[in-house]
Amino acid sequence: MSGNPIDRVAEATPPTFASRVRGLSDRTIAWLFVGPSIVLLLAVNIFPLIWTINLSFTNFKANRLRDAEYIWFQNYQRILTDTGTWESMQATAHFLFWTIFFQVLIGFALAYLINKKFKGNDMWTTIIVLPMMLSPAVVGNFWTFLYQPQIGLFNYVVEFLTGIEASSFSMIGSVNLAPWSIVIVDTWMWTPFVMLICLAGLRSIPDSIYEAAECDRASKWRQFWTLTIPMVLPFLMLAVLFRGIENFKMFDLVVQLTGGGPGSITTLTSIDLKREAFEKWRTGYASAYAVILFVTVFGLASIYVKALNKVKER
Amino acid sequence: MSAFLKGLLQRRRGAWELLATILISLGVFMLMQPFWMMAFTYSFIVTLVGTVMFIVVSHFRE
Repeated sequence: MSGNPIDRVAEATPPTFASRVRGLSDRTIAWLFVGPSIVLLLAVNIFPLIWTINLSFTNFKANRLRDAEYIWFQNYQRILTDTGTWESMQATAHFLFWTIFFQVLIGFALAYLINKKFKGNDMWTTIIVLPMMLSPAVVGNFWTFLYQPQIGLFNYVVEFLTGIEASSFSMIGSVNLAPWSIVIVDTWMWTPFVMLICLAGLRSIPDSIYEAAECDRASKWRQFWTLTIPMVLPFLMLAVLFRGIENFKMFDLVVQLTGGGPGSITTLTSIDLKREAFEKWRTGYASAYAVILFVTVFGLASIYVKALNKVKER
Repeated sequence: MSAFLKGLLQRRRGAWELLATILISLGVFMLMQPFWMMAFTYSFIVTLVGTVMFIVVSHFRE
């Protein structure tokens, strides 16, 4: 062994991975590492998608395996002329719009308050975040008790605040109130998520910007609209994207709470889809339904991500 | 308006993306609106055209 330190370091340094695995280029080794992930992605995501598109052109029924025939666009035609599907789309639109509206409004307000330094700040953050940690099935179950007209706490709070008798209305039994009952529960459960994202946005704004605004004698109101809102906007948009996609496929909470009723007033598209696929066993029809929902969410997400990138670039 | 049409003719990404965005938004509105059944029926094709167009034109030059 040579006494020269440079030679000793050179001898002690391990050879590169590529030179140890003789005959393989770095590019090949990179593919070897990435390959399993790509295979998994193809098997778990891409193949089922292509298979679903294929099934959507057939009258395949999962409980009758032999007599599937290609009926091409008939499933799509049936779905898009069915008034039941149209109603479930409207129920989903109502649910989506109002949940996102309230979650963004309340979530941002809470984040703004929590961002102010006060005693017990961390404790309040933990308490506010609690609903998000619960299982949707559990939340749905205990809100059915809260909504009970005879013994439910919610009805008594409404009576206390408005004077309307507690037993005179049923949140989940009334056609007019049931859509709002699922909006309230989802807002209660997921507002903390929006709050956390907004809080991250608010905490990323450096104090020096506000100090500079103070030097320029900008009012608090002006600071809010010209500094806080534009800088939190990408975070808010991200929260809306996550909640929008999540609520478009909302299932468990609503099934547990209202079961899609009364009638079909809270039958969201995901509930309707599940009934078609696993209660009526119209697999081909349900596949076409899933493709329609996928294209809708994909299209919306594409333009939304584009808008988000533009806001980030500003 | 003429800049938008010029952008379309010159295959500019911005103009085509705007058109695709309008189509997707229109398609989603048609899908979820409670007023007109015919609009619901044709909503999917409008959204699909918009989405495919968006994917294609996002590869156009700026």
